[in-house]
Amino acid sequence: MKYRSAFDIIGPVMIGPSSSHTAGAARIGRVARTLFGRQPKKAIISLYGSFAKTYKGHGTDVAIVGGLLDFDTFDERIPQALTLAKEVGMDVQFVVENLVTDHPNTVRIRLYDENNELDVVGISIGGGSIEITELNSFKLKLSGEYPAILVVHQDRYGAISGVTNILAKYQLNIGHMEVSRKEKGNMAMMVIEVDQKIEDNVIKEIESLPNITQTIRMVE
Amino acid sequence: MFRNVAELVALAESKQVKIAEIMIQQEIEVTGLTREQIIEKMDRNLTVMEQAIERGLKGVQSFSGLTGGDAVLLQNYIKSGKALTGHILLDAVSKAVATNEVNAAMGTICATPTAGSAGVVPGTLFAVKEKLNPTRMEMIEFLFTSAAFGFVVANNASISGAAGGCQAEVGSASGMAAAAIVELAGGTPAQSAEAMAITLKNMLGLVCDPVAGLVEVPCVKRNAMGASNAMTAADMALAGIKSKIPCDEVINAMFLIGQSMPSTLKETAEGGLAATPTGKRLAKEIFG
Repeated sequence: MKYRSAFDIIGPVMIGPSSSHTAGAARIGRVARTLFGRQPKKAIISLYGSFAKTYKGHGTDVAIVGGLLDFDTFDERIPQALTLAKEVGMDVQFVVENLVTDHPNTVRIRLYDENNELDVVGISIGGGSIEITELNSFKLKLSGEYPAILVVHQDRYGAISGVTNILAKYQLNIGHMEVSRKEKGNMAMMVIEVDQKIEDNVIKEIESLPNITQTIRMVE
Repeated sequence: MFRNVAELVALAESKQVKIAEIMIQQEIEVTGLTREQIIEKMDRNLTVMEQAIERGLKGVQSFSGLTGGDAVLLQNYIKSGKALTGHILLDAVSKAVATNEVNAAMGTICATPTAGSAGVVPGTLFAVKEKLNPTRMEMIEFLFTSAAFGFVVANNASISGAAGGCQAEVGSASGMAAAAIVELAGGTPAQSAEAMAITLKNMLGLVCDPVAGLVEVPCVKRNAMGASNAMTAADMALAGIKSKIPCDEVINAMFLIGQSMPSTLKETAEGGLAATPTGKRLAKEIFG
């Protein structure tokens, strides 16, 4: 079953006008911001497909920037996001791309500050749901249908089993899992989809493990 | 877990509970949340809907200037006493318009099932509220009943305009609303299914052709017609009228129609009203 919850149908609470072009866009922006870890100084936002064609009228631009300012889909400041970005000192550039992508609602967000750089590709799959398909050139495949977390970690013995042991302890059943790394011993990533909701305490416990850098809830 | 309307109705009948209750029980099972948490979550959605209607009835304007202010015109017309159709029907229409105008103006709404079709369910609920005087819990149940029918459509067909045309958005919303109105008015689960079937049958083939690609024209007025369609179908079902084609077959027909619809008529703004001379002129005026 593609949709699992009554709140997939009645919800999300959001700023209009489009669940995929506005709410989904805001969510992609917010995930990018969360992955970056703090307020970026500069954002280059490349829009593809339908995002590129209709972003002004659908508020996709302000929604993504709202997400980068850590706003939720229902934050009433979203329409003023471009002004607010200036106020916090975030330089925003939009690039309209002509390339045809696999999904019509695709965005690439590059974030920068003096110490950090991040490159995220997200797609808005409808009804406010999103998928992250690429992160710092790591390819991800996240269905967006099940609760999922992303765990950034150091490529070390036991890092993966440490995480899966905690999920087992809380009786969270893994439906899909991907592990990838750039080179041996460096930064690596786990994307884990589970059948049940992942509570905050589980995420906290995972974060307290050695070699775990960051844990992010990708899909509620 | 119910997979289709027939199973949903059979579950409600065998347990002798409302359809809303079946949806609530499934939600507890799927999410692991408590009943109280789930009710509270839906209560918050209901509050958002109520606030959107209030805001829309005061008058809003979208950034493009294409929509806004029609809900106010309708309310004034109702007050003038000149309306030809019934008060509740027009009230539902005006509240559906109010919600969708708020959506177009980048206001806060609850997607039901999508943002573009967010007016129908709350519009009809807050209109029948005046006649049926539901409790807060009954209003929350209205949303769970809507969710149950929308859940079936989403999983067996589509609720997205880009995938299935506007029949999948406003059509689904209207069917969901009709089923919930029947339940709130004291109809049986089977009558809810009839109302859903009758509504959706009459919105089959509805294309998604937003002018300038915006969720405004014809979306706002389609929410209006969706609300009136839902009200009429609910009354028909409560009167004992049945759909000759069962609800699940109607949903499947909608899915197949959506699949055979050309992409120009699925939210691309390349066909239908978007491709009329005026539609093109408006797009040019807005985006240059």
